[in-house]
Amino acid sequence: MSTPDPSQTQNSAEAVREAQPKPAKARPGQRVNHASAAREFLQSPIHAQSHDERVWAMRQRRDAAAETIPEWEELRDLASQIKTHALTHLDEYLEQFADNAAANGVHVHWAGDAADHNRIVHEIFADHGVKKVIKSKSMLMEECGFRHYMEGVGIDIVETDLGERIQQLDAEDPSHVVVPAVHKMRSDVSQVFAKTLGSDPDNDDAHYLTEQQRQATRPLILDADAGMTGANFAVAETGGFVVCTNEGNADLSANVPNLHVASIGIEKIVPKLSDLGVFIRLLSRSALGSPITQYTSHFRAPKPGGEMHIVLVDNGRSKRLADERFWSSLKCIRCGACMNTCPVFRRSGGLSYGATYTGPLGLILDPSIDAYRYSNLPFASTLNGSCTNVCPVKINIHEQIFEWRQVLAEDDMIPWTKKSTLAAAGRTLASPRAYRAAIKSAHSALKHLPDWALYNKLNAWGQVRDLPDVPAEGSFHDWYRQHRLNKEDPTAGDRE
Amino acid sequence: MRGRNDILADIRANKPKFTAPAPAVPNYDDHYPSDAAGLQARFIEVLEKMGGAWAEPEANESLEATMRRALADKLDANSLIASNVREIKGNRRVHADDTPASLHDVDVAVLRARFGVAETGTVCFTEAELTVNAVAYLAQHLVVLLDPATIETNLHRAYQRDDYKNARYTVFHTGPSATADIEGVLVRGAQGVRSLTVIPTPTV
Repeated sequence: MSTPDPSQTQNSAEAVREAQPKPAKARPGQRVNHASAAREFLQSPIHAQSHDERVWAMRQRRDAAAETIPEWEELRDLASQIKTHALTHLDEYLEQFADNAAANGVHVHWAGDAADHNRIVHEIFADHGVKKVIKSKSMLMEECGFRHYMEGVGIDIVETDLGERIQQLDAEDPSHVVVPAVHKMRSDVSQVFAKTLGSDPDNDDAHYLTEQQRQATRPLILDADAGMTGANFAVAETGGFVVCTNEGNADLSANVPNLHVASIGIEKIVPKLSDLGVFIRLLSRSALGSPITQYTSHFRAPKPGGEMHIVLVDNGRSKRLADERFWSSLKCIRCGACMNTCPVFRRSGGLSYGATYTGPLGLILDPSIDAYRYSNLPFASTLNGSCTNVCPVKINIHEQIFEWRQVLAEDDMIPWTKKSTLAAAGRTLASPRAYRAAIKSAHSALKHLPDWALYNKLNAWGQVRDLPDVPAEGSFHDWYRQHRLNKEDPTAGDRE
Repeated sequence: MRGRNDILADIRANKPKFTAPAPAVPNYDDHYPSDAAGLQARFIEVLEKMGGAWAEPEANESLEATMRRALADKLDANSLIASNVREIKGNRRVHADDTPASLHDVDVAVLRARFGVAETGTVCFTEAELTVNAVAYLAQHLVVLLDPATIETNLHRAYQRDDYKNARYTVFHTGPSATADIEGVLVRGAQGVRSLTVIPTPTV
């Protein structure tokens, strides 16, 4: 999916020439340090503010769209229930899907992991002498490191989604599941296109830049040997799959070359065609606030004379199904609503997560892919629950983020500063009396300690934020004792 | 390498062990206008919000003339108009054996929609209406004939139709190709058609 933003049809007046922040990437085997990458991002205030405003605008449009649908909350319940039903019968529906697809004349392949996926697609391409491929955006293929693999075997992959193409040409990962280049400003895109497409480096008009990309990509589309898509949904009943885009680029990728290969995560299954009514109504409204994507494309069988392949990819999904705390994360339909509403994502930018999936959904998906590498990510959250409140399939995202902190602590994956601070906090929070004593002394300390004691390296919170002022009324407990507590029973407030 | 049987066995072993029946999904269309004119008005409102255009034929005007009027700023004497409908002749027929790439220079593709959806301003095509699927994306502009009597209330109703269940390819178009991937600025015509115009025309 990509991105119409109806609120803005004109470029903002001032051209911006602040360099794009490029947080350092963690090396293989290294732990991603979200906090330090976020700090780098925030050192470019114009980019940081633009990012915050753009993703928050998507959240606001999502709210406006939801308000026009009286049954919105029922739809979220239904979507969640359909996914629960599908995932608790996943083996049956996957078999039904694969058998129906095969009966429709589609070649169905099964990939246990990312390496299998890349090898299977490579074999299909080798069989057909494919050298040039056009593809639409697929988070699954990002997860598999597919483009990187294909570079290694000399097959040329061209992204056709504008945002994804910008990121490809800039050799950078996508920063958002729906809007891959949302962290870039048009001045950044202008620089990338000037270098790679030969466009005018002094022209950063969005219409001009979009047209440059259209003109540069069209010949590559006409000349491609094969096209690739992902899938938003796979329908067991028909053996068909659905791809949602706003640019029509998936339809070009699938319909222009003779050979169409679709990579589909096994969790994308829905039982029936009529289930799509629920999901298509929720998807783009949750993502961008539009009632539907410009194109909703249903592929069931190859075009006459054409050839279609489906690669069904597990890559850790069947394992995640076994964990009663985390299996429901497989319901995710990749709308990005949780990212747009997350105060941490909005202010840190997607690249700071150093992972395929960013924002709240990344916090619960990435550690299941590599617990050590992504062990810091579940801490990139205020646990405010806003992600859970907007999720169209009602995943308890913020609770899973909290659960992941516990899992990582048990598995000894947490850095010692965080762990020692949290251990002390745990002991204090477990006892009401200790908590109150701590709050009293903390309030007193906030008043009297010098800044060097509050803003030191052990306090990650204080490094980029001012600590709140001490409330004049003292703690809530003090206020409650004074105003509300039953005077007949002065110990009531100390009960657990 | 784990194949089909291994993956299915892992799912069987790992899937949550409780019964969760599929829910019944209501149609949610009680509040839609019950008359064709009301549904059409709803359709037009959303179509225009999504960047599409509605071109009502004037009295005694041929559909060809309606199209030329609606696309006046997009057409000239040399424009290549590929029509898949009897009502508008055009100057280029699309044949089932045309290669997709041979349609690269089409300026306007004219198609009949299978049905419309009022909720989203959507028109639906299958390979039967498209002849060559790619024509609806390689053309610069799309003109769509829609029988107003075929407008469904919402997507639940659209997905209950059984007239396209066996189609190889079914696509919902809602307005033209669009993107806002560069700093949130909305641009029509990212990769596919730059404009989409719907002309109401009863099926003969």
